[in-house]
Amino acid sequence: MSVHQDAEAGARGHTTRRLTVGWQHAGRPARLREHLDVYGPLPSGRRGHADPRSLVDAVAAAGLTGRGGAGFPTGTKLRAVAGRRGRAAVVANGMESEPASEKDQALLARAPHLVLDGAALAARAVGADTVHVCLDRTRRHQVDEVSRAVDERRDEVRFLVHELPHRYVSSEETALVRWLNGGEARPTATPPRPYERGVERGPTLVDNVETLAHIGLIARYGPRWFREVGRPDAPGTMLVTAAGAVRQPGVYEIEAGTRIGDVLALADAADVDALLVGGYFGTWHDPREVAGLPMTAAGLQPVGAAPGAGVLFALAAGRCGITETARVLAYLARQGAQQCGPCMFGLPAVADDFAQLAAGRPDGDVLRRLDRRLGVIPGRGACRHPDGAVRLAASALTAFAADVRAHAGGRPCPAAYRRSLADLPIPRSEGEWR
Amino acid sequence: MRWRLRVDPTACTGHGLCADLLPERIELDEWGFPIVHGDVPAGLAAHARRAVRACPALALRLESARKEPA
Repeated sequence: MSVHQDAEAGARGHTTRRLTVGWQHAGRPARLREHLDVYGPLPSGRRGHADPRSLVDAVAAAGLTGRGGAGFPTGTKLRAVAGRRGRAAVVANGMESEPASEKDQALLARAPHLVLDGAALAARAVGADTVHVCLDRTRRHQVDEVSRAVDERRDEVRFLVHELPHRYVSSEETALVRWLNGGEARPTATPPRPYERGVERGPTLVDNVETLAHIGLIARYGPRWFREVGRPDAPGTMLVTAAGAVRQPGVYEIEAGTRIGDVLALADAADVDALLVGGYFGTWHDPREVAGLPMTAAGLQPVGAAPGAGVLFALAAGRCGITETARVLAYLARQGAQQCGPCMFGLPAVADDFAQLAAGRPDGDVLRRLDRRLGVIPGRGACRHPDGAVRLAASALTAFAADVRAHAGGRPCPAAYRRSLADLPIPRSEGEWR
Repeated sequence: MRWRLRVDPTACTGHGLCADLLPERIELDEWGFPIVHGDVPAGLAAHARRAVRACPALALRLESARKEPA
């Protein structure tokens, strides 16, 4: 994993260092004192006297939206949890189960205290006495480093670092709550959402770790400062992961609204045939279609894309997009929670259709079958796993339309059988849910 | 008064009785799981209740159409 914040990139005007200011401690997390040297102390007011509502108002005024993928307004979520009765809790979601994303790992590896600041402030704002930090238990080093950062701190709230199973759907907010309540890390049907009934049945704020880090900055410097970069409808900065056929893969902090073509230039993109925007729940596009679009929800909506967790994966020229999609769909089919019929049976069926298509050996009318299956699966699971996989599959059929016709006609492209280092990553995962 | 049918997808095991009892609003996909067209007019409410009661997995629910999920 590499982190980019070089001066040249900054001079091009697309990167702004906020979350990444303290990342000069290359290779290790900033200790608490280094962190405070960079960002200054938290504006705690006198102990216990800070007005919780002021943080909620500041976050709402800043227009911060969730950086985990859904992009929900963070101020609204804070207010919802703060306004409910019962014992509140805060969950810092650092699971980052999206295989193509590295930003949360990079953030926790460099600036854990910024995340913990935001979590402590959010806890105070919603009246929670405990912050549950949820991490992937296969990332031993990360668990150790975050635990070490927690040990350095003296907060009013208690931090508990948890190690959860490594599964794609385990990072979903209801899966975290279910696991924290002693169950399996599988999503549950909603409602109730965690803000209504979460950890120990109390109202629970679940926020992505990058979102919390931004809260740590908004509390210090205010909403007006936060809005100095980005766009009115997408203020601030965001972390993105650029991967695949780029010469400088890794994590970048960009101003929200930076055009996709400029992010690709930062990462020194090579000859790119297609671009996966948003991650494995995202969409494939011709780079020329999206290069001029800002990497925001509103900017990408016209082409049916979304920033997701900030992933851009560039498919190298000469690679087969159908084969890559088939590999990812097979992974996503295996990664379901095995709870809901349409996902349990539908995703393997779609993945099998794609495998046939990729091999150029379709059984019957595979495109008609896919069209029907992709139409009936979305919206019928407890979580959005099936919807995301279907979105990816449908976008591949469109973005690679000419190849799809050739493959369906028994003429797969020569690249269908090649493997390369720039292929989409398919992690191994454990079988356990507890 | 209008009603809405909802399936709890984690509870549903695809018995398919609901589609037999309320074909006007429920069809099965190729894997035997219900595709529910949620709105139930008053005239079908009694049939819908029967389908809800018949579900062996207790996965089918009938709710007032005004109650919107969060």
